Amino acid sequence: MATVTERRTPEASRGTAQMSAQPRWRPRRWIADHIILLIGVAVLLYTFVPISYIFALSFNQPSGKSALAEFHSFTVNNWTTICQPTGLCDSVKLSFEVSITATILSTVLGTLMAFGLVRHTFRGRGLANIIVFLPMATPEVVMGSSLLAMFVAFGFSGVLGFITIVIAHVMFCLSFVVVTVKARLAGMDSRLEQAAMDLYANEWQTFRLITLPLATPGIIAAALLAFSLSFDDFIVTNFTSGQSVTFPLFVYGSELKGLPPQLFVVGSLMFLISFVFVIAVEVWRRRRPSY
Amino acid sequence: MTQLPSTLPAADVTPSAPKRRRRWGWLLLVPGMLWLIVFFLLPTVQLFFTSLYDPSGSFETGYTLTWHIQNYSVALSDNLSLFARSFTYAGITTFVCLLLGYPLAYAIAFKSGKWKSFMLVLVIAPFFTSFLLRTLAWGAILADQAPVTRLLKDLSLLPQDGRLLATPVAVIAGLIYNFLPFMTLPLFASLDKVDPGLIEAAGDLYASPFAGFRKVTFPLSLPGVVSGTLLTFIPASGDYINAELLGSPGQYMIGNRIQAAFLTEHDYPLAASLSIALMVIVIALVMVYIRQSGAVDLV
Repeated sequence: MATVTERRTPEASRGTAQMSAQPRWRPRRWIADHIILLIGVAVLLYTFVPISYIFALSFNQPSGKSALAEFHSFTVNNWTTICQPTGLCDSVKLSFEVSITATILSTVLGTLMAFGLVRHTFRGRGLANIIVFLPMATPEVVMGSSLLAMFVAFGFSGVLGFITIVIAHVMFCLSFVVVTVKARLAGMDSRLEQAAMDLYANEWQTFRLITLPLATPGIIAAALLAFSLSFDDFIVTNFTSGQSVTFPLFVYGSELKGLPPQLFVVGSLMFLISFVFVIAVEVWRRRRPSY
Repeated sequence: MTQLPSTLPAADVTPSAPKRRRRWGWLLLVPGMLWLIVFFLLPTVQLFFTSLYDPSGSFETGYTLTWHIQNYSVALSDNLSLFARSFTYAGITTFVCLLLGYPLAYAIAFKSGKWKSFMLVLVIAPFFTSFLLRTLAWGAILADQAPVTRLLKDLSLLPQDGRLLATPVAVIAGLIYNFLPFMTLPLFASLDKVDPGLIEAAGDLYASPFAGFRKVTFPLSLPGVVSGTLLTFIPASGDYINAELLGSPGQYMIGNRIQAAFLTEHDYPLAASLSIALMVIVIALVMVYIRQSGAVDLV
């Protein structure tokens, strides 16, 4: 990162004239000018410590039952035997099924709500905003326990599983989708739509050709957020899952029995895939004309 | 999530939506609203009634609603220290996250140049892998025989028989780590909207860089500070994973208690009254905070 910031120096110092007048490398001056960037990079490095540890542990050949205890010896076997621990791959599969379903449902419902809240005025809109905000102000343990109490009270304790997990995930993802899409819609220039109407586009054409493409980045961001919230959720899932085991529940369960090293392979793979995916989305977004 | 504060100005930005569309506009809200009402509001009301059940009933024999308000006094007096600890831990976490997240968000917004979106990806990168695995990795890093602990002992910063794991330090460090992105993203969202020209203008008017920051940048970033602190404080106060994986029962938070009462003891009235108490306290704190900070347009 150091080289990165160095290369940027001339551009960054456009505002501070005395910098460009001093081509000589002066460490103290440089540090003073870049202190905030250095702190930022340090904080980022700190967030990567446990992540690199997960990668390291994925190559661990544990001596005992738990891969976490110590780094014993290097092996790549874990990467070829991912599905060996009983139930691991099933839990990953269930997590994908749950979070894809929850993402689609919450993105569709949340986007509709965001359009309704931003584009239309009606009585009760303030109340609607508060109802959307409340789940975000409620600790997860409360949401999970209240859903469980309701499912039990209504006699659903026998069917706890995929459906109840999805119900819960859509519930807590919705608010985040609404807020993200709303922010995008609010930042949009409504004159573009008026221009389309002036040019004889009807409402549906205006929506399809102008409004929707403009809102798309917000909708994609919301969907990605919903997916990661849902895929990684432990607390609410723990209350509403019954006997089903999603990936976070599997990790939690094996914490007590001893962690197989393959867990860390799954963790590393998740990281790599998401990273590539997000970078790809970013590149695609940059290629599109922006407004 | 990242742009919480910008939600209100919507009304001013789009004043001229054609009138015809307003009549069916509220229909767009119906499916999502129903979902929230049935699976959030209704369960919360139900949880409230559960908290007033006769505590002598049991999971197997069923409960009767006797408006047993004493559940609350019992739950609160038995768990006062857990509530106090949860809010202390969450408060410290929020403060340290602000200290770490602000310079990071500031650096990304103003100093990162063309690396802006890449650095943003790095901020959310911890989300790419499981939160439980990251917490377990922290546990391994802070473990008794791990290099960090040994280094601190060699430097005499920690007594020879001292530990990091199973201490408040470990639990709070885990909370800070897990909730930092929730602080950084809203901070970035509002700092990114600050016009650098305003900061330059402050400099032109002989404000020192620090005065410029204090009088211009920081006030403009306040919406981000408010939503960042909320998004950190709320989940941190109800969290129990960090306390469970990095701490010992001596560091347990109110979430641990609620979880155990619900899932292992099946003491529904107690668990429900603890949950409702937690929710009421959190929402009350949030309301006071939002009012105090003047960011009423957040909701």
